Amino acid sequence: MTAVELSHVNKQFSNMSYKALDDVSVQIEEGEFITILGSSGCGKTTLIKMLNRLYEPDGGAIRLFGKDIKEQDPVQLRRGIGYVIQQIGLFPHMTVRDNIATIPKILKWDKERIDEQVDRMLSLVRLEPKEFRDRYPAQLSGGQQQRIGLARALICDPPIMLLDEPFGAIDAINREKLQTELKRIHEESRKTYLFVTHDIREAFKLGTRVIIMDKGKILQFAKPEEIVNHPADEFVKNLLGASGIDNGDVSEWW
Amino acid sequence: MSQNGGENMITYFIKHYDLLLTAFLEHLWIVFVTLLISLAFAAVLSYALLGSEKLTNVFVQIFGAIYSIPSLALFAMLIPICGLGNDTAIIVLCVYNQYLLLRNIMTGMQNVDKSYLEAGTGMGMSHWQLVTKVQVPLAMPSIVAGIRLAIISTTGIATIAATINAGGLGTILLSGLRTMNVYKIIWGTILSVIIALAADLILKWVEAKIGRKGM
Repeated sequence: MTAVELSHVNKQFSNMSYKALDDVSVQIEEGEFITILGSSGCGKTTLIKMLNRLYEPDGGAIRLFGKDIKEQDPVQLRRGIGYVIQQIGLFPHMTVRDNIATIPKILKWDKERIDEQVDRMLSLVRLEPKEFRDRYPAQLSGGQQQRIGLARALICDPPIMLLDEPFGAIDAINREKLQTELKRIHEESRKTYLFVTHDIREAFKLGTRVIIMDKGKILQFAKPEEIVNHPADEFVKNLLGASGIDNGDVSEWW
Repeated sequence: MSQNGGENMITYFIKHYDLLLTAFLEHLWIVFVTLLISLAFAAVLSYALLGSEKLTNVFVQIFGAIYSIPSLALFAMLIPICGLGNDTAIIVLCVYNQYLLLRNIMTGMQNVDKSYLEAGTGMGMSHWQLVTKVQVPLAMPSIVAGIRLAIISTTGIATIAATINAGGLGTILLSGLRTMNVYKIIWGTILSVIIALAADLILKWVEAKIGRKGM
């Protein structure tokens, strides 16, 4: 089933000389892990913020599981979509438990169910529930905070996850670990993930398919091997060359 | 004070404690009611202004201008409309408070890190939930500071309200001035300082209680 479908989506911000999204059409199947790769200003963040209606398109249509998102209430729509951002945005005045339980509490789950699910989520992101449940975000490292951010986005078991450079501010060693964990979580859940990054290595490691963007246009949308073996144009070729992935053997590279 | 014979601070208090106590309670009542009304008003106004920083500045500047009008003049201007007494005093005090409250509430709300708001919106909090569960708690230190200022300012200005028959500690101070009774003036002053200090202590305690463990 098609999970995400954009057809001829356009977006122009008034302070930019080119379109943030220029006639973008794309189809993503359920269960895929899509990474969206590009430099800053290429439109990759704009693309995923369209999906949970933080931005509205100027033209074109966006459908999630066949339903046009324009016809859905934005608040309800967002509750069915997990959202993780680089700045993490854990609420500093709430404990880890209350952060993860933000939406369940709004949905009025009963206390036992919340506690049970919070602990399950903490185990899922490999943090000991007993030790971390009652801490405040300021008492956590950056990597731990992002794990909580992930747990918070996952607790309602959303069919679609949007991740906007979630590991961008985390040191290399912890980033590697988090990437591996995220890949595992995705493989266990088989939900649809869209992951924005400017790190080509991260994009190729995580993505079942990779979208490469520049100046609001999708240059190539294919499997990592395919991109390496048949880069769509000069831009992609240069991108691969600059990061040393142009010998064709992708699997050996990580 | 020869005309008072063997009187001193303590004996004056013992002799006139009912007078002082009544004035003290009247004063407390004015401060309390003013605070309730002005907080409710400032809360509604702040919520309405959340969307627009420009409009917020306009309102803060208007209330700032009003705040700079001497209270005696403002009381006098309102007498033809509202008459003498308690109500007029409370209206004036509420208007004064809007400047202190609105400025502090809005500064606190606007300074909440945008990434918390984006995270909250993105995960499906409604505007109201975002304001009440994220923005207000994070703006609390600034809001409490505004309330503290408002109480201190109200306690002081309310003494002037005695000139329009509002009662309270101002009555003691004014009659002390008229009759050159130092004890009255000192007791009036001490009691209003007690109100301001007590309010300050209570608010500090509340601030510690709502806990900023996470910060």
